Amino acid sequence: MSTASVPLPNWINYGLIPVLNLIVAFLISGFVVWLIGESPLDALSLLIEGSLGNGEFIGFTLFYATSFIFTGLSVAVAIHAGLFNIGSEGQAYVGGLGCALVALSLDKYVPWYVTMPVAVVGAALFGAIAAFIPAWLQAKRGSHIVITTIMFNYIIASLMNYLLVHVLIVPGKMAPETRTFLEGGQLPKLTWLMEIFGTKLGAAPLNISFIIALVMCYVVWLLIWRTKLGFEMRTLGVSPTAASYAGIPYMRIVMIAMMLSGALAGMMALNPVMGASARLQVGFVGGAGFVGIAVSLMGRNHPLGIIFAAILFGILYQGGDWISFEMPNITREMILVIQGLVILFAGALEYMFRPAIVRLYQQFKRA
Amino acid sequence: MTDKPAIELVGIDKKFGAVHANKDINLTVAKGTIHGIIGENGAGKSTLMSIIYGFYHADSGEIRVNGSPVTIRDSQAAIAVGIGMVHQHFMLVDNFTVLENIMLGAEGGMLLARGVASARAELKRLETEYGLEVDPDTLIEELPVGLQQRVEILKAMYRGAEILILDEPTGVLTPAEADHLFRILKVLRDQGKTIILITHKLREIMAITDTVSVMRRGEMVATRRTAETTVEELAELMVGRRVLLRVQKGEAKPGAAVLSVRNLTVKDNRGVTMVDNVSFDVRAGEIVGIAGVAGNGQSELLEAIAGIRKPTSGEILLDGQTIDKANPARLRDLGLAHIPEDRHHMGLVLKFEEYENSILGYHRRPGYSRGPLLDLDAIRKDAMEKIEKYDIRPPNPRLKTANFSGGNQQKIVVAREIERDPKMLIIGQPTRGVDIGAIEFIHRRIIEMRDAGKAILLVSVELDEIRALSDRILVMFAGHVVGEKTPDAGEQTLGLMMAGIAA
Repeated sequence: MSTASVPLPNWINYGLIPVLNLIVAFLISGFVVWLIGESPLDALSLLIEGSLGNGEFIGFTLFYATSFIFTGLSVAVAIHAGLFNIGSEGQAYVGGLGCALVALSLDKYVPWYVTMPVAVVGAALFGAIAAFIPAWLQAKRGSHIVITTIMFNYIIASLMNYLLVHVLIVPGKMAPETRTFLEGGQLPKLTWLMEIFGTKLGAAPLNISFIIALVMCYVVWLLIWRTKLGFEMRTLGVSPTAASYAGIPYMRIVMIAMMLSGALAGMMALNPVMGASARLQVGFVGGAGFVGIAVSLMGRNHPLGIIFAAILFGILYQGGDWISFEMPNITREMILVIQGLVILFAGALEYMFRPAIVRLYQQFKRA
Repeated sequence: MTDKPAIELVGIDKKFGAVHANKDINLTVAKGTIHGIIGENGAGKSTLMSIIYGFYHADSGEIRVNGSPVTIRDSQAAIAVGIGMVHQHFMLVDNFTVLENIMLGAEGGMLLARGVASARAELKRLETEYGLEVDPDTLIEELPVGLQQRVEILKAMYRGAEILILDEPTGVLTPAEADHLFRILKVLRDQGKTIILITHKLREIMAITDTVSVMRRGEMVATRRTAETTVEELAELMVGRRVLLRVQKGEAKPGAAVLSVRNLTVKDNRGVTMVDNVSFDVRAGEIVGIAGVAGNGQSELLEAIAGIRKPTSGEILLDGQTIDKANPARLRDLGLAHIPEDRHHMGLVLKFEEYENSILGYHRRPGYSRGPLLDLDAIRKDAMEKIEKYDIRPPNPRLKTANFSGGNQQKIVVAREIERDPKMLIIGQPTRGVDIGAIEFIHRRIIEMRDAGKAILLVSVELDEIRALSDRILVMFAGHVVGEKTPDAGEQTLGLMMAGIAA
C-alpha cells in the first residue's frame, strides 16, 4: 500500500515535514555557498542577523512577509476551489492601480484613515476585475486557468507600462511613476508595534497593511471553513462530480473564487504602493505574486501556515539582501538560487520524505 | 492424487498501520480444482490475493507453489511461478487488437514480426485447447465485456499460468455471459489448471467451486467442500451471525404517478445517445426496478432525472411539473432525493469529514446555517443523530469519510437522502461494494420508504437485488426499455432481455 494514505498526526504533517524540507534546502544551499568558497555557517548567521538582528531588519522582513501573506492567501483561496491561479502577480499589479487612483484622488482632502478603507476596496476591486476574464474563460469556455492567468500577467504588465509611461506619469519627469502621494494617501508605519517590543523600526517600511494582512488571514479562514460558500468551494475543489451532484453551480463558484483570489492579490499592492514608496511604480510587485504560490504550498493552503511561510520568505528576502551586501562573492543571483531551493523542497518535493517518515512513525508506534 | 497442492499459504500476516488486513492466514488449494474465496468487503480477500500476486508483501508467512517456498516480489515473479490474475477492472489497451494486448509485455526481441507470428500460433493453440475463441485481430474496444474478459484469461494463459486468480469476475457480465465463463473455467480445471475465484456472490460459489474458503475480518474462518455446505451456512460464516437472504415485503399499494418520463433521450459526454426515447411512470408507493447490464444507459437515465445531465429531448415530470431544466439543488427542494451509483465520486467527498458529507446538497437548508456561516454545532448534532439511527460505524462525525468502510459510507449517503423525507427517491446500485449486514439494512430502509408511500426508482446491475426489491421491472438494453416484467419473471427471461435477445 502506498504510504500517501497513512494518516499522520498534525505535528508531523504540519511541523516536522516542512521543517525537514527546510533543513535539507538549507543544507544544499550551504553546499552551494561552500562551492563558491564562502563559509556556509557565516552565510547562515548573516541570513539570520540580517533579517532578525534588530528592529529595523525585522521591520523589513515583516514588510516583505506582508506582501507574501496577501499573495499566498490569493493562491490558497483559488486552490481550495480547485483552481491554480498563477495570475496573482498581474492581479496585484492591477490592484496597485486601484489603490493608487484612490490615493491620488483623496489624499488632498482627507486623512489616511479615511483613504485606507476606500483604497482597500479599490485595490481588491481592481484585482478582482483583473481575475474576471480568466475566470470567465474557465467557467464558460473551459480555457485552462493556468494558461490564461499566465498570459494575463503579460497583458497586464504591458497595460500598466502603457498607463504609467503615457497616462499616469508626472509631466516633465523621466521616471514612469505617479506623483508621490500626500500624507492622506500614505499608510502609517508600525513604529508603535516595534516600540512595544522595545526596539526601533528605523527606516523599515513595515506599515499598517501588515495588520490588514493578518485580518484577511482570519477572514479567509472563516470563508473557507465556516461558510456555505467555502463549503461549496471546497466541494468543487476536491470533487467536481460530487459538486455537480449536490447542485453546486460550477460557473458561479469558479467566478467567485477567482475574483476573491484576485481581490486578495490586489490588496497586496497596499503594502508597497501606499505603505512604502507612496507612489505607483513600474514593476512594483517584483515577483511577490509568484512567491505567493510557494508560500501557499508550503503553508498547506491554510492561513496560519501561510503566515509562517510568508515570514520565512521575508527572512530569505531580507536576509538574502544582507548576505549579498556583506559577502560580495554571493551575488543577488545566488540568493535567488537559495530561494529556488527552498521553493523546490518546500513546494515541489513536498512528499519526498513522507514515505520514510511514515515508516519510521509506524515502527515507533509499534515499539 | 499424489500431487502436492498447487498453492499453499502458511501464516500469512499483513498490517496496514492500525488495520490488520490478514491475520495468520493458512490456505491450501489443491491442484486441478476451483477454489472459491468469499467474504464481505474489507474481509481481506483482495489483500490476500494481492500478496499472492506480488502487489503487496506479507509482513510474515510463507507462500508455497507446488510444495516449494517462493518469494513473490512483484507480478513478474508471480507470472514466473505460473500465477496469473484476471482483475476486476480489465487491464487492456482499448485501441490495441486482441493479439497486441496478449503480447504486451511479452513481445520477445527488438522486432515485432517474429513475436507476432509465434504469438498468433500460440493463441490458436490455446483457443482450440480450451475453447477460448476470440478473433485475434479485433480491437478491444469493439469487443463486448464478456469477450474482453476472455482476453484477460488468454493473456494469463499465454504467459503460462497454471494457477489463475479471478477477482469478482462476474460483476460486469450478463447471466448468460457468466454461465459461459463458468463453462470455460470448468474446461480449464479439467485440463489440470487451478482456479481461485474471489467473489461475494454465494450463488456462484455454489454453482462452480469444488472447495470454498470463507474470510471474515482478516481471518480465514472456514474451508468447506462446496458439496457439503449450504448458502445459509456460508452467509452465516461470512457475517458471523444469521442473515436474512430474502427481503420481506408486503404487496405494493401504488397510488398516483409521481415521476413521469416521456420520450427521454440523453447523450453521454462523447455525444453518443445512451438513452433513446424512453418513457415510463413511477407511482407513489411502488418500487420500479431498472435491470440491465452496466453501460446500457441506466447511469445516464439516472443522471438526467437527478438534474446532473441535460437531456437532449423529451420530458421529465415530477408531480406533473416539468423538471428537465431544474438543477439538483432545485430538485431536492421539490422532494427528489438521489442515492447515486458512485458514492466515491458523486455521493460523497471522501476527503471531507463525515458531518460535512451528511449535509452535502442540503447545506443551504435552514437549520444548518446562521447567515452566511455554517452552524457547525447543529450540523454535527444532526450528523450524530443519523449515525445513531443508521448505526454508522465508527460513530464519529469528525472522522474523514475515506476512513469508513464501503457499507458505512453508503449508509452515510442513504441516511442523508432518506432522512429528508423525499417524495421521490432515485437509487443507483444501492449495495455495490457493501457488506451483507449493511445490504440487509439498506434494503429494509428502501422497503420502508415504499410502504410510507414514496415513489422509488431503483437501478442495479445485481439482478437478484432488482428482483428482490422491485414491484415492477423495466429492462434496459442499448438505451431502450425493451420490456416490463413482474418480479416473479424467471431469471432466464430477464437475462435474455438484458442481452437484447428477446422481449
